[in-house]
Amino acid sequence: MPEITKLIHHYLRHDKKFPHVWCPGCGIGIFLGALIRAIDRIGYEKDEVVLVSGIGCSGRLPVYVDFNTLHTTHGRALTFATGIKLANPNLKVIVIMGDGDAVAIGGNHFIHAARRNIDLTAIIINNSIYGMTGGQSSPTTPYGMRSTTTVYSNIEQSFKISELAVTAGAVFVGRGTVYHAKLLDSLMEKAFLKRGFSVVEVISHCHTQYGRQNRLGSAVEMMKWQRDNAIPVEKSLKMRPEELEGKILIGVLVDRELPIYQEEYEKIRERAKASAERG
Amino acid sequence: MLLQGNEAIAEGALRAGCRFFAGYPITPATEISEVLSVRLPQVDGTFIQMEDEIASLGAVIGASLAGVKAMTATSGPGFSLMQENLGFAIIAEIPCVIVNVMRGGPSTGLPTFPAQGDVMQARWGTHGDHPIIVLSASTVRECYDMTIRAFNLSERFRIPVILLIDEVVAHMREKVIFFEDEKIEIFNRIKPTMPPEWYIPYEDTPSGVPPMANFGEGYRYHVTGLTHDIRGFPTSRPDEIGPFIARLHRKISSHFSEIQMAEFFLTDDAEMTIIAYGCVARSARRAVIEAREKGHRVGLLKLMTLWPFMRNAVERVLQTAKVLLVPEMNMGQISREVKRVNQGVAKVLTLNKVDGTIITPSEILSRLEEAL
Repeated sequence: MPEITKLIHHYLRHDKKFPHVWCPGCGIGIFLGALIRAIDRIGYEKDEVVLVSGIGCSGRLPVYVDFNTLHTTHGRALTFATGIKLANPNLKVIVIMGDGDAVAIGGNHFIHAARRNIDLTAIIINNSIYGMTGGQSSPTTPYGMRSTTTVYSNIEQSFKISELAVTAGAVFVGRGTVYHAKLLDSLMEKAFLKRGFSVVEVISHCHTQYGRQNRLGSAVEMMKWQRDNAIPVEKSLKMRPEELEGKILIGVLVDRELPIYQEEYEKIRERAKASAERG
Repeated sequence: MLLQGNEAIAEGALRAGCRFFAGYPITPATEISEVLSVRLPQVDGTFIQMEDEIASLGAVIGASLAGVKAMTATSGPGFSLMQENLGFAIIAEIPCVIVNVMRGGPSTGLPTFPAQGDVMQARWGTHGDHPIIVLSASTVRECYDMTIRAFNLSERFRIPVILLIDEVVAHMREKVIFFEDEKIEIFNRIKPTMPPEWYIPYEDTPSGVPPMANFGEGYRYHVTGLTHDIRGFPTSRPDEIGPFIARLHRKISSHFSEIQMAEFFLTDDAEMTIIAYGCVARSARRAVIEAREKGHRVGLLKLMTLWPFMRNAVERVLQTAKVLLVPEMNMGQISREVKRVNQGVAKVLTLNKVDGTIITPSEILSRLEEAL
């Protein structure tokens, strides 16, 4: 049996009726593969993994996979994940969000989860559009682009999700694309193994909505764009700012150590108990 | 001991087994957070201050799903923000407790003054047709007891339970006696006993409440805010949605007697009965005593369960009462329910006050005397 078939049999839910909800050519499937390969390589037990998602195309991902899975309200996945992790620190809690989910309706939760440094991994699948509701502009829709709510042109500046995560205090931030599948595998593995709040931004494509409305071609053409416009972080260091205009940096953007919430809270418990004993 | 209402809620929560609290500062509920931020880490529990009330209830639901009894506390503006995740806890059937210390509204309203304006919001605030349990308290001791009861009902029926109190009761300090040998019943959620491969997480049971597996205990299943089939997977099939929503309602409607709680004070021969809850029930009790001294046959029905509404308690006082008086610190939220049950049998009087001050015993008395 080929390796991929074994993984499919082991990790996908057989009692869930396929086909899945995603359009043919969607990048989320490639991401799902990377997620499963990373979990398999690290060797987590299925019982200890919790997959939490919000609302949107990405929000539908957990239902297909045989872990503890939670499909929450729009933008709130990180808040539910915070409760789960603090209640049972032995669980590996992975949060999957879309761009609208994470930085529009859930933007406040995103920056505060990063600031708090709770041991969670947040993955944002960024396809620059609200796909499930039919192609409205999101906080990552680039300036000047078209969506069903910006038919005359998007006049807002877009969020740079990874840079936002770095500024907000995440201890690990990596960005990949669904074209660079091997890089994605390694970024996920690094993020899962990192203690503290880790973030992986996955640049994906929505050819059905964003691509169609902006005449960017098929899924394959949009992935070629990812290939041609992604610059590894190491390489970017030797490039001039004007050469980096309009490019996306991929690789590890930040890997640092900051106090982890659970470990700090353990100290609070010790102090609280000592204080209670003193009366 | 001398205890404040909010402190009693915090202590009641700990007694009930609450080991997780997430909240956001808001007057007049903040003392509950402050006390639990000190007390929870002493008992290996967790207190976390979140970025807003939406996040607070999200974290509470997450903690409960991971097997820890969890609570949040807020007031009107925060309760409005919680409506979204409240609906999630209802459809996904996650036990949790939400305390709403009511203050004057709408909007920022009157942060430091009492009101009872959130009775209907507690019932219908989150969208969609849904069951809910809402409890109330009018003394500091009841704050303690009803918090424990809120946790018990929540665990028993897998539903969020709201404890709706007002600023007066929350900030009032009065003597509370706890006896050494008090027997307090604590109910913990029923967990599955079958092997994981046999577990069907949302399968109907005689009580309508399926056993609940906590995340991480070997029963891997899917939890969603979408309408779901008995396995927890999203469904849009009418033959699956209908029975699911019906079960959500039935698990509450078939257990009214376990859920509903009221106090009958001198109602057996009462020709006039006051129906009140929260701080107004204290004034009403005083008014009953004074009216009795004057020779009037007046009684008090104190509602401790606000929702599901206590039709049977109202029907019981209607056996003797020719007049019902419903004093409330809102424009008439429970009085409409009373009128709905009354169906014209007795005369239903209202007494409404929304200026941030409490309804006094003399105001109730003079309203009664008008009717005599």
